[in-house]
Amino acid sequence: MTLKIKDLISIKDLDRDELRLILDTAESFKEVGARDIKKVPTLRGKTVVNLFFEPSTRTRTSFELAAKRLSADLVNISADSSMVKGETLLDTARNLEAMQADLIVVRHPCAGAPALLAQKMTSAVINAGDGAHEHPTQALLDLFTIRARKKTLEGLTVVIVGDILHSRVARSAIHALKMVGSSVRVVGPPTMIPREIMNWGVEVFYQYDEALKGADVIMTLRLQLERQGRSLFPTIREYSNLYGLTARRLSMAKDDVLVMHPGPINRGIEIAPDVADGLSSAILSQTTNGVAVRMAVLYLLSGVAKHEPVDPQRTPH
Amino acid sequence: MNLLIRNGRLIDPAHHRDEVTDLLIENGKISRIGKSLKPDGPKSETQIIDGTNQWVLPGFVDLHVHLREPGFEYKETIKTGTEAAAAGGFTSICCMPNTNPVNDNQSVTWMIREKARQEGRVHVYPIGAITKGSKGEELSEIGELVEAGCVAITDDGKPVMNSAVMRRAMEYALAFDLPVIDHCEDEHLMEDGVMNEGFVSMELGLKGIPAAAEEVMVARNLILAEMTGCRLHLAHISTAGSVRLIREAKGRGVRVTAETCPHYFSLTEEAVRGYNTDAKMNPPLRTLQDRDAVRQGLKDGTLDVIATDHAPHAEEEKNREFDRAPFGIVGLETALPLTLMLVAEGVLSVEEAVAKLTILPARVMRLNKGHLGIGADADLCLVDPEATWTVDPRRFRSKSKNTPFTGWKMKGLVAMTIVDGRGVYSTEEIQAI
Repeated sequence: MTLKIKDLISIKDLDRDELRLILDTAESFKEVGARDIKKVPTLRGKTVVNLFFEPSTRTRTSFELAAKRLSADLVNISADSSMVKGETLLDTARNLEAMQADLIVVRHPCAGAPALLAQKMTSAVINAGDGAHEHPTQALLDLFTIRARKKTLEGLTVVIVGDILHSRVARSAIHALKMVGSSVRVVGPPTMIPREIMNWGVEVFYQYDEALKGADVIMTLRLQLERQGRSLFPTIREYSNLYGLTARRLSMAKDDVLVMHPGPINRGIEIAPDVADGLSSAILSQTTNGVAVRMAVLYLLSGVAKHEPVDPQRTPH
Repeated sequence: MNLLIRNGRLIDPAHHRDEVTDLLIENGKISRIGKSLKPDGPKSETQIIDGTNQWVLPGFVDLHVHLREPGFEYKETIKTGTEAAAAGGFTSICCMPNTNPVNDNQSVTWMIREKARQEGRVHVYPIGAITKGSKGEELSEIGELVEAGCVAITDDGKPVMNSAVMRRAMEYALAFDLPVIDHCEDEHLMEDGVMNEGFVSMELGLKGIPAAAEEVMVARNLILAEMTGCRLHLAHISTAGSVRLIREAKGRGVRVTAETCPHYFSLTEEAVRGYNTDAKMNPPLRTLQDRDAVRQGLKDGTLDVIATDHAPHAEEEKNREFDRAPFGIVGLETALPLTLMLVAEGVLSVEEAVAKLTILPARVMRLNKGHLGIGADADLCLVDPEATWTVDPRRFRSKSKNTPFTGWKMKGLVAMTIVDGRGVYSTEEIQAI
């Protein structure tokens, strides 16, 4: 089995089986990262371009490691590079196409920019986060992490807390969790929760403590500190009091609750340091799993998967 | 050369006329209307047009056109914009002042009128800026703008955010009985929104513009118009709440007229899906409920006028990230068939639809246009109501092709447009392309 899609722009592009395929494929790639020699020849001869129009360390590095562990050739291009400066997005795309890139990983501040590239390019485009739209590989690695710990994805209660309105992580996570049969609660100040979100079949809470009752998973979102002063919340202090995850709050959830965060963490704001580093925290596992999931996505979209079954052990001719 | 249009269905809402008859044009004026007319004088001096199975309508009047000249000639010029107008059946258009330089002084107004006289296919009526540079701070020399030929004032593209400035503009305009037009949008509520705020904006992750951004300013303007007694005209109304506010104000006798545009009664925010920048305009496409309320507003007369808000942009400006593409679509060449869809769906009668494109907008600007009275300027268009065609922007006369209606099957075709008794457009020309 392989993916029917050319690009990965939105979780909604996937069906349930495809989503499982990615997670299962990631399982087999995870082992590669645990080896002494962390490399397989699967994507040898393929060119991957990391095209980042927004600063990012974690996601970019994660994709970079994923590509390198698959033996692909990788180029990093950032928004301030002379190649991109002053050029339209489509001209950049045309140039990358002319350089025969096979896979383009794109991060962009504008929602829809990866979709525009995908529409105009024959290369596979992977959305590494576009504006407040989606961040599909983040949702996939979140699901991967939850499944590894909870052994299932169905019937879980997942609480997503923070700035839902501006969060691409939340959007992708909600679509993915609904697809696999988890129930989703969102919690945050009403200024940060879109009024129409009920239409997605999620429960809305404004009181953190209430939302946490019976929670299996808590996904904390990073507070964009620069949003202070735009009347979304009065002060970081008040935000932290109302929506920071503390040990006391953690006790409201199930005993085996899993705490997640897409990073980078604002310690002491959306999550207390002892919680971030505590036994419930899966934050570093998320980072580890991110590489495996991105290896799976690169592999499944590279076209290689069509010709040979996934077997990272095998050395191709 | 005189023109005799024979056997057309003449629809003239201003005179409640709707009958199959002949119409004679002499010396650029409508001279006679009646059955089996014979031209005076030698036959060779009169061109005869067979209007059988065609509608003969007053030329359309568009209160809201961006001609882009001076300053943005790569998007549109007075020449190409008026050609597009002629192709759409429009014979008089009012052009918005958000050019570069802004039309906030009489030299710009003169330049536009002179250029229109030389190169324009249809009549052009400039609208001046309310404030200098449309910055919303100090009043323009409104008296001089009027003297130079401006028919109204607006800072279109932007609202006048400062309510005190708006109040003074309305009071000052009273001296000239000049309509004041506002682009109703609270800039703070809009923030940096790019589409309607709602379910679709949430799904697409795009920043929303709430309906309230328009409605708050509609309410403010209605209150100020009532206070000052100014003639207020509200541009491109898009929300159910605005329609309700205007209806209520009209009921109280506030001197207000209002327009909407074909896209607001034809499309909803769903058209934005796929990050379609040709569905990005300001105000944004709204919900189905808003669309239906706009239709209801047209039907009950709350919305007097259909205007296009023709806003040309170059392909490279639109073909980019949604957030970074400019607002606006071209509209002159699709307005008629979209309006006729309302007739086909039973929202408007033919007479009401024609009135909203002709006599009603003409009255807003006190133009002696938009009707087929004896002695009136011979500005009219012939429409084949049964002709079907498919929208192909490459065939637009406008320099810009930014339309969300590409591929739409249209019914109703402008066959010929006549300005001052001279043909300025006919479909034969189209076939020659």
